[in-house]
Amino acid sequence: MAASCVRTVGSFLGKCMTCSSSINTVATQVSQQVELTYSALCRKNLAAAGPEKFTLEYIQKQVEEYEIGKRHLANMMGEDSENFTQEDIDRSITYLFPSGLFEKTARPLMKLIHFPLHKAVQWGADGRPFHFLFYTGKQSYYSLMHDLYGKILKIEKHQDRLRAKGLFSQDAQLISLGPSRWLTKEELELLLVETISTHDYDRFIKLMEHMLCMPYSSTEEEFVQRYRRLLEAQSLKQLVPLLEKDENGVAFSTAEGRRKTSDSSVILRDCGSGHITVNGQDYLQYFPVLQDREQLMFPLQFMGVLGRFNLECKVSGGGRSSQAGALRLAISRALLSFLSEGDGEVMRQAGLLTPDPRVRERKKPGQEGARRKFTWKKR
Amino acid sequence: GRCTITSLSRILQSQILFMLLLVICCCCCFSLLTEKILNQPLEKADFFRVAELFSLKDLFDARVHLGHKKGCRHRLMEPYLYGCRLDHDIINLDQTMEHLQLALNFTAHIAYRGGIILFVSRQRQFGHLVETTAKDCGEYAHTRYWQGGLLTNANIQYGPGVRLPDLIIFLSTLNNVFQQHVGIRDAAKMNIPTVGVVDSNCNPSLVTYPVPGNDDTPAAVELYCRLFKMTINRAKDRRKQMELIHGLPQTEGAGQGKCFFYQVSMMEKSGRR
Repeated sequence: MAASCVRTVGSFLGKCMTCSSSINTVATQVSQQVELTYSALCRKNLAAAGPEKFTLEYIQKQVEEYEIGKRHLANMMGEDSENFTQEDIDRSITYLFPSGLFEKTARPLMKLIHFPLHKAVQWGADGRPFHFLFYTGKQSYYSLMHDLYGKILKIEKHQDRLRAKGLFSQDAQLISLGPSRWLTKEELELLLVETISTHDYDRFIKLMEHMLCMPYSSTEEEFVQRYRRLLEAQSLKQLVPLLEKDENGVAFSTAEGRRKTSDSSVILRDCGSGHITVNGQDYLQYFPVLQDREQLMFPLQFMGVLGRFNLECKVSGGGRSSQAGALRLAISRALLSFLSEGDGEVMRQAGLLTPDPRVRERKKPGQEGARRKFTWKKR
Repeated sequence: GRCTITSLSRILQSQILFMLLLVICCCCCFSLLTEKILNQPLEKADFFRVAELFSLKDLFDARVHLGHKKGCRHRLMEPYLYGCRLDHDIINLDQTMEHLQLALNFTAHIAYRGGIILFVSRQRQFGHLVETTAKDCGEYAHTRYWQGGLLTNANIQYGPGVRLPDLIIFLSTLNNVFQQHVGIRDAAKMNIPTVGVVDSNCNPSLVTYPVPGNDDTPAAVELYCRLFKMTINRAKDRRKQMELIHGLPQTEGAGQGKCFFYQVSMMEKSGRR
């Protein structure tokens, strides 16, 4: 297992305050190393880890040493020790210890690492464990399941009481979760400071879902929200181009499209004539091949608006086919502003709004082309 | 083989002898006062009066006498059965009374001496109930999947210097595949006494204090949980009282105090002796 060593210059700087600040003497002193082996990070078993690693006092000591070292460093650099940020620290260290090493992680570093949470001793002086589920091995996980089941029983009792009074209604408030997702297995492990198996995690999620399906579960909303995370912002939502009006009162929209090495931009005008111009020329002249003209027409024909719009296209780069493809994408995008949401969704499903990611693959040495190899000769 | 229980008092006396031996072994460690506190319950049979916590009628009402069908019967449970009616085994409630009294008395003594008690049951119906009972007593529970080395490999599983349970109470001695729970064998290996509710399809041999009775009906299991909870709380309160009376600082292991000055008259009587 690879051991990544993080050198901290903190305590060493503290020792070095009194001595002269010549770089040679400074560089030869051994700085304190905080070793994070991968196995120590994953192992939560006290017996296996060393006696001094990651106890609360140890972490606090490291933090204190870091703070003291930071102040000394600031004084050394002649800067304000109160507002010395991490970037200033990095700058100062690179100045004081210029390193020719290529590996960035091997260079001198002064940073506080994030100590993983780690369970302290689980029993008191008389040997009695603190947690009532200690002997199961996974006390936090099982206590969570116990609490969850307790809440389910409470909701059921509440339902029974309401049924007895005759106030039970099937469609009573379910919890409104919003755009959120369940905690992942890793996040749950971090929360519980325990390793759990996939089976355990699946059971937890199933039990949570079971609780959410019950009619009066909104009483436990706060408990459920603790195990939910907000979804990341919906990226790549389809940007609809703006609908503008020119001097004559005709609505138009502009859009761009790309394919291979061609770039195109299209102005779609709601005239009603169906006139198409490409780079100043008529489209029949610019695209003599039927296939390219079909590519141009396809978005309009698909939405059934063939004769309605006027197209003013500009295209450059690439070949005949890629220019046609670029134009098609631009036309579809421009068309979005004239259509409803549902039609836009239909276009997306048809693949009109997806930019084609295919580009020319480079030729590799030792081969004829990108994929073709040289003729194999037996001898 | 067949174990015959002759009389309640003889068993209690042997219990007391065993306790006294234990006390003698660690006599040198204790101060005189602590010794007095620990020896006092051993002078009387049924010091904690566990016999008055339940009656035969309570057992009958909780359907403790209902066993499984004749085909499921374990050979070693035959001495404990009263008979068989329409293929259903009936457990002898007189024997159950005696065994339950012994078991509760033993539990009370263990709790009085600040021992760790572990409740084990692999029945999914009653897992939550057992865990709640343990929580209310201030003791421990294990109603989940039993990992192999929990007792036998404890120093590696939990860390060096862990203290193992001093008593394991099985509310059901079978696991989910109707085989004997691994904890019974492991406790016997680690010299940990066990109390177990044995149904007519269970093997009572390795259990130190078997209690023949029904382990499947909710009423019966609730009764057992209630009885164990009451005995443990009684014993712990008694211990706190004794320490107060003798003026010692209270130990943390004595558990939560509920009714503080219960049976004051009884205390006065024993004090006068």
